[in-house]
Amino acid sequence: MKNCITICLSLVFIVLAAALCRGQSDQGEIQITRPVSELGNTKPVPVSIEGFGPEVTEILKFDLYVQGFTFVAPDAAQYQISGSSAGDVVGRVVDRFAKTTILSRSYNGASVRRQAHAFTDDMVLAITGKKGIAQTRIAFKVEASSGNGEIYVADFDGHNAQAVTHDGVIVSAPSWVPGRSALYYNSYKLGNPDIFYHNLSTGERHVIAHYSGSNISPAASPDGSRVAMIMSRSGSPNVWVANADGANPRKLTSTSEDSSPCWSPDGGWICFATKMRERRMLAKVPAGGGEVQALHTPGAPNPTEPDWSPDGKWIAFTLQAGEFDICVMPADGSAPPVILVRGEDPSWSPNSRTLIYARRTGGRYILSLLDVYTKQVKDIRQISGSDSEPAWAK
Amino acid sequence: MKMMKLVYPMTLALAVTLAATGCRNHRPYGVTPIPNGQGGLVNNLGPGGTMGGNQPGGGQQADINSFDNMVPDRAALAAYTIHFAFDSSVIRHSEEANLQSVASALKSDPSTKLTIEGNCDERGTEEYNRALGDRRALAAREALAKLGVDPARIRTMSYGKDKPVDPGHNESAWSQNRRDDFVLLHPKTGA
Repeated sequence: MKNCITICLSLVFIVLAAALCRGQSDQGEIQITRPVSELGNTKPVPVSIEGFGPEVTEILKFDLYVQGFTFVAPDAAQYQISGSSAGDVVGRVVDRFAKTTILSRSYNGASVRRQAHAFTDDMVLAITGKKGIAQTRIAFKVEASSGNGEIYVADFDGHNAQAVTHDGVIVSAPSWVPGRSALYYNSYKLGNPDIFYHNLSTGERHVIAHYSGSNISPAASPDGSRVAMIMSRSGSPNVWVANADGANPRKLTSTSEDSSPCWSPDGGWICFATKMRERRMLAKVPAGGGEVQALHTPGAPNPTEPDWSPDGKWIAFTLQAGEFDICVMPADGSAPPVILVRGEDPSWSPNSRTLIYARRTGGRYILSLLDVYTKQVKDIRQISGSDSEPAWAK
Repeated sequence: MKMMKLVYPMTLALAVTLAATGCRNHRPYGVTPIPNGQGGLVNNLGPGGTMGGNQPGGGQQADINSFDNMVPDRAALAAYTIHFAFDSSVIRHSEEANLQSVASALKSDPSTKLTIEGNCDERGTEEYNRALGDRRALAAREALAKLGVDPARIRTMSYGKDKPVDPGHNESAWSQNRRDDFVLLHPKTGA
């Protein structure tokens, strides 16, 4: 009888081993279509995490939580994540339903933190088929109570933060040049709100817009060849576009109360907040000039601070109505906006799934991450002072 | 049972072989090296750093360089600060006397110029408020032009909500913070 049990166990072992071996070559992508109705309503993916030290466990949980995962016991998990972090990070992911190992990898070099982020990105790719965000960067402003501040860059979770400016003046609205280690931002260093271009690799910076009135809210075009901004040199704040170095500025709009331009990912449109027929709304204008078109946001009056997702599908924005809410709507206007959480100034992750945004607490701003499908939110590591105006590097 | 005795070692051997192969496969295949950091950021805006980009205004605003070499006098017109309704850049009748006083001061000394600083309360997003403060300053500039002041003597500047006079979070603070401050500019003596 004992032998029978042993044989049975051995057979189970064979079947399992075979299944696991097959799993090695079966890393198929899970493609999930995402209708508007899933915004804020999607159930997080249950995973278990075992074997890592406390620091790595915390990093993995943070990274996964803001990308739509939740943590359960191994026997309730869809994906079982295990490994070790004594020295370097070694990790594997088993799909408990398919009974296959979908990822098994070890990491070395840099820091354990970076290794853990790399492991998360590999997991997110293996599980969802989409590139993860754990090795991406952000820029933001840190303001002191004086109103002056500095521009900072950091990892997406707020770690490894570094000041980019040391001017002790008012700064605002950092914007990454896509694919480059370079920022545009607004600084009052010259006694006027001007727009600077700052190459973070060389430290060189140039003033690209220094005209009477405001030169604010810069936004680099997706190919980096142009910059959109708000200037009031002609007598009212309007959307302008110039070459990357500020040359050849052209006024694109004559609408009233323009603010916060952003680009469509194909570079064809600039979306901004404005007022038309006495109503606050979002609008878009061809980046080469043309007619301004209203973007209706039914149920979300007084929209501002739009940000177009890199995949082109969504526009996130801030709803100003006494309080401030983060909203997301289809860029094609096919459905009304979904109001997600309290907060303002959203910026999309490169994979168009997570938003970083600012929220007010205790008289200051702090930065948080929002997974738009599960509505899971986590505060990132803060710098002392008020942290706001986040921009996610694309 | 004899049969079983034979099957058992064979099965076990097969299991061990497969498990061993499996285990080998489950060991990490290849080590992924992680690049170290992002490289340092150089933050020098050395003397050689370009601070150019200055171009003639061309539009309705005066060239920003025409305000170089002026000395700001914050006290001169501090009594004439004007205030605004919530989320509005419309100049109220109650503020017109102050604007008259500012216009008189400018007209009495043609060598002076003016900076109008637009400000907001905290109840708006940051960039929205920066544009709103700008609109408030531009509204006063337009009003002063109507009162006969050459708009080429006026520059506008928005501080958004970064320079509240009252840091409180209530209507009494907010109503003080929604304002235009007027800063008289004197030519540098000897300039």
